[in-house]
Amino acid sequence: MIKTIIQSIKATMGIYDARDDGVYGLLAEFTNPGTLITAAREVHSAGYRHFDTHSPFPIHGMDRAMGLGQSKVGYLTLIGGITGLALATWLQWWTSAIDYPMNISGKPFFAIEPSIPIMFELTVLLAALLTVGGMLAMNGLPRPYNPLFYSREFYRVTDDAFFLHIAASDSKFDLKATETFLQDIGATSIEVIHDHGYSELHITEE
Amino acid sequence: MSTSTDHTATIPAEPPLVTGNLGFHDITQLVSYHTEKRPPSVWYMTLLVSSTLLSILLILIGYLVWNGVGVWGNNNPVGWGWPIVNFVFWVGIGHAGTLISAILFLFRQQWRTAINRSAEAMTIFAVICALLFPTIHVGRVWVIYWTLPLPNQMEMWPQFKSPLLWDVFAVSVYFTVSLVFWYIGMVPDLATLRDRARNTFKRRILGFFSLGWSGANRHWRNYEKTYLLLAALATPLVLSVHSVVSFDFAVSIIPGWHTTIFPPYFVAGAIFSGFAMVMTLLILARRIYGIENIITIDHLEKMAIITLLTGTMVGFAYITEFFIAWYSQVEYEQYAFINRATGPYAWAYWIMMSCNLLFPQFFWVKRLRRSIPFLFVTSIIVNIGMWFERFVITVTSLHRDFLPSSWDYFNPTWVDMLTFAGSFGLFMTLFLLFLRFMPMVAMAEVKMVLPESDPHFYDDHDESEPSTH
Repeated sequence: MIKTIIQSIKATMGIYDARDDGVYGLLAEFTNPGTLITAAREVHSAGYRHFDTHSPFPIHGMDRAMGLGQSKVGYLTLIGGITGLALATWLQWWTSAIDYPMNISGKPFFAIEPSIPIMFELTVLLAALLTVGGMLAMNGLPRPYNPLFYSREFYRVTDDAFFLHIAASDSKFDLKATETFLQDIGATSIEVIHDHGYSELHITEE
Repeated sequence: MSTSTDHTATIPAEPPLVTGNLGFHDITQLVSYHTEKRPPSVWYMTLLVSSTLLSILLILIGYLVWNGVGVWGNNNPVGWGWPIVNFVFWVGIGHAGTLISAILFLFRQQWRTAINRSAEAMTIFAVICALLFPTIHVGRVWVIYWTLPLPNQMEMWPQFKSPLLWDVFAVSVYFTVSLVFWYIGMVPDLATLRDRARNTFKRRILGFFSLGWSGANRHWRNYEKTYLLLAALATPLVLSVHSVVSFDFAVSIIPGWHTTIFPPYFVAGAIFSGFAMVMTLLILARRIYGIENIITIDHLEKMAIITLLTGTMVGFAYITEFFIAWYSQVEYEQYAFINRATGPYAWAYWIMMSCNLLFPQFFWVKRLRRSIPFLFVTSIIVNIGMWFERFVITVTSLHRDFLPSSWDYFNPTWVDMLTFAGSFGLFMTLFLLFLRFMPMVAMAEVKMVLPESDPHFYDDHDESEPSTH
């Protein structure tokens, strides 16, 4: 039970378990953002869920094509901001009005007006840090080990290549059938990725 | 042909953001290449000069800490001399980067992608220089942590009603958020360098800093949202930093400082000087590294327009200050301003006026906006003018205080001058290392503004229908 929950959470980060025989998934290359987005749409409507597209830059409309909703990072920003504001208010009130009240030019020990700059700064600071921390957590980064890096072609993903990866952990995954399916939707080359440090490259005949 | 197509077809096409017909791979190659080959000999020569200046800075900091702040020209009545002038100068320069990356991002100014990385780097290095000066100016630098709310044996806390403490928070928060913003923006590009790296050591280092980035769309989704949110957070932040810096002056009761116009006027000045510095550095970098197709003349022209706008705003503020001093009917306030323009520091005042208000006005002429030598010279003049602005504000308001018997003329010492020169060494050394080891242009973002990045670019067009993209 717990294992399934952990697996599904990891799947949202793009981290999938390899099959018992070590197959991690199929990595298909597409020629350009246009064919990649069409392929993603096909893969999603064929019922696959454990898949992801990889590209050198974000492609507009890909979230919708993959059937993903809005990113949830914004909630963390809000939580961070509220925490920062509360912390700054408490810090300035407690230190100067409670713990060590000191008369400075007859000013009130605590007032909102002179406290605003630091309230603002800490709001922004905690909101920013929680946003970034939350983004990394939701993406499962840092992730030094990724079986996809065993691929012989995948290094070009940060340059000019476009890939679609269907994980072996998907319930619809079948090595032969999925490979044929990927060929049908226009993949130019398909690799079987193994979790043990190697991959098999299959080039589609034009 | 539908009527809507007719309508969109009449919109004049924007000039391309990237010239020279470059593809995705060309951009990767053009930018990454410089981190992989031996740098040009100009790089080594500049590094030699800047690291010499940096060594001078470090030696002088040692000298200062050993002897105390008496080695500077600061004395009664001018207690805030060059260190504070330099602090405000550097913080100001550190504004353009985050402005370009955050505000222009929110306004969908896509031309920013070519310059945002280097401008952000410059921001961070300028803020490092800025943080240095108040740190050593406190005198007893070994207790600088007293500015932070840390529990201590005295059971005392920082004085939260002081603008100087607000400044500590504002500048350090700005530094932290800018650094995070810069780094997060760089992760996909570090992954590009990682995937191109041939030696294992380099691949390990880049692998560590690129966090295992694989360009996954599930990651881009959260990443893009984060970038947007950080831009939204950094926008008020960048406007607040120089506002808070101006509070150091404006919250006091010194004539010439006690002005409500200070926050917007300081922010405009900061953007003004920041863009000038970006121009100075990029004009050199694009030439030396041959990336004129990515950082095009159109980018420089747009920066010139922003310089013209902010320079005029700053000039307007100078005149407003004068008007308000007269209009207030406060004798001291009036004297402070008359003294600025005609007193012993009149030379500094008129340098400031001509560099900041007059020179940018040449940018009304399109030919001059697109002339590289003219842009280069003006960008340097602007920064000279902006340094003098801070000098005028700080020194002329202090040197003749309420008691004429204590009036004095401020003179910097050799330590003041060499420390300021040394801070340029720190700045330039960091910037040169950045150019050598990091992707100086945001590759992933530049690829995104190419028409080929749009999935609809590949749609089959009806022959009769003109393409609107």
